[in-house]
Amino acid sequence: MREVAVIGVGCTKFGEKWETSFRNLFVEAGALALEDANLSGEQIDEIFVGNMSAGRFVEQEHIGALIADYAGLATDNIPATRVEAACASGGLSFRQAYTAVASGMSDIVVAAGVEKMTDVGTEVTTDVLAAAADREWEGIAGITFPGLYAMIATEYMHRYGLTREQLAQVAVKNHDNGAKNPNAQFRKPITLDTVISSTLVADPLRLFDCSPVTDGAAAVILAPLERAREFTDTPIKVLGAGQASSTIALHDRKDICTLDATVAAGNRAFQMARVERKDIGFVEVHDCFTIAEICAIEDLGFCKKGEAGKLTEEGQTAIGGKIPINPSGGLKACGHPVGATGVKQVYETVKQLRGDAKGRQIDTEIGMTHNVGGTGATVVCHIFGRV
Amino acid sequence: MSVARFWRKQQNRYNLIGTRCTTCGKYFYPPRGFCPDCRREGKIVDHQFKGTGKVVTYSIIRSSSGNFKLLTPYVLAIIELDEGTRLTSHLVCDIDQVYIGMPVRRVFRKLGEDGSSGAIFYGTKFVPA
Ligand SMILES: CC(C)(COP(=O)(O)OP(=O)(O)OC[C@H]1O[C@@H](n2cnc3c(N)ncnc32)[C@H](O)[C@@H]1OP(=O)(O)O)[C@@H](O)C(=O)NCCC(=O)NCCS
Ligand SMILES: [Zn+2]
Ligand SMILES: [Zn+2]
Repeated sequence: MREVAVIGVGCTKFGEKWETSFRNLFVEAGALALEDANLSGEQIDEIFVGNMSAGRFVEQEHIGALIADYAGLATDNIPATRVEAACASGGLSFRQAYTAVASGMSDIVVAAGVEKMTDVGTEVTTDVLAAAADREWEGIAGITFPGLYAMIATEYMHRYGLTREQLAQVAVKNHDNGAKNPNAQFRKPITLDTVISSTLVADPLRLFDCSPVTDGAAAVILAPLERAREFTDTPIKVLGAGQASSTIALHDRKDICTLDATVAAGNRAFQMARVERKDIGFVEVHDCFTIAEICAIEDLGFCKKGEAGKLTEEGQTAIGGKIPINPSGGLKACGHPVGATGVKQVYETVKQLRGDAKGRQIDTEIGMTHNVGGTGATVVCHIFGRV
Repeated sequence: MSVARFWRKQQNRYNLIGTRCTTCGKYFYPPRGFCPDCRREGKIVDHQFKGTGKVVTYSIIRSSSGNFKLLTPYVLAIIELDEGTRLTSHLVCDIDQVYIGMPVRRVFRKLGEDGSSGAIFYGTKFVPA
């Protein structure tokens, strides 16, 4: 297998983008990534695009072809493939691009992710997202995504004594980071009280425990490490990659409070990268709900089960803490265009490792991403390092 | 959910009929046609569940979609049946009545409908025992 580096990154601003169409979101992110890598379109060998549900959000399938066409790459007949794993579509798109380059099949590969969620109302969005769970046996029982993660939170708080304030601190910290990220959907710091007094969505989760509904796209460009310096002075190497599956339904998990696919994907990425937890400078984790960040920190092995609430309360997951989590603002504050999130995590990680994350910079050599589909049925992790 | 799609699982939903692997003795509801532990060595047969169990965890859903919108706020729960398998269900009770470990039993209820003039679906829900 060849060594692989990221040579260019691009990301749109995240938010409610009434004025921008699905295809233009992708074109914008792709153009930014190409410019960043000093590449022209015809040098691209292959494109992967993560997308959860354009079929239901904008009634468009055949996303690979659409995107190749509107990015001006169909004239050169460049192959394009859509990748889907619910909210982990972006992370999986990156993994596909990575394996394409590592295998020697392709040299210059784009990994993108895009989602346009605000063309439909909240009720439809809720139903579309529910398709990431088991439609026949969870959907029919009246689940919503906030509801599924809320059931994790109920059991977790009961078992480990996690407090309402500790949970809220996850959102406060992520809004603090989002305020320093020009691409973030929410750029206003909030207080514990903002979270605790916000409307209940699915008890115990409130509005500010939830990631929002978001439009956005991100794209990154991968190349063999040996060629990376043709394009950039600051290539960022892929050190490790791990993917794992678990049960589609939350009720079938061995332990409701553990995403066993996070444990497996994390371990695989660490094994491949040959680094330790203590070497990691920060992690972009999948905080679709505040409780999800608590579980992720533990399941990735950064503290024991039941201790992430305390770690968060002590400020250890903030920028400057022992293990900074979600310097981008995470899904909570940066926003969660479901198919784009996994690629945005890579974008943020590359910015950090290059030293380009103005105002929220962490001084480190190594960073990690963690992207979850559904309640943990698919998890994709990557570890990156400077060269 | 389309009529055909619902009908295929109607017996399971009406009567809480799941499956059991006779090789390892595990129970499955929702039913599985393939044992994840024994795989090709597994032998699957139908099984009638007793219909009693307890609440493993729950939430109160305040914002929902489709058929469930009219029910808000409602209790959603993961229930462990006495036979050991777990399922997700709407729990028909007051929102402040539910707690972890609460004993529950099955009832036959309307699950939803396919639009205002379409088919009405019935099946199993749970109530406090
Ligand atoms: C929680 C949720 C239902 C709120 O949606 P909504 O009730 O339609 O909210 P609206 O879009 O009407 O927004 C109302 C206000 O709340 C704000 N808001 C919406 N979602 C927010 C969030 N998650 N956090 C903070 N503020 C939020 C809006 O900016 C708006 O503020 P304004 O009145 O100042 O403009 C929706 O954000 C949601 O479904 N989130 C979860 C998404 C999800 O499940 N993703 C997949 C995860 S796996
Ligand atoms: Zn998600
Ligand atoms: Zn078996």
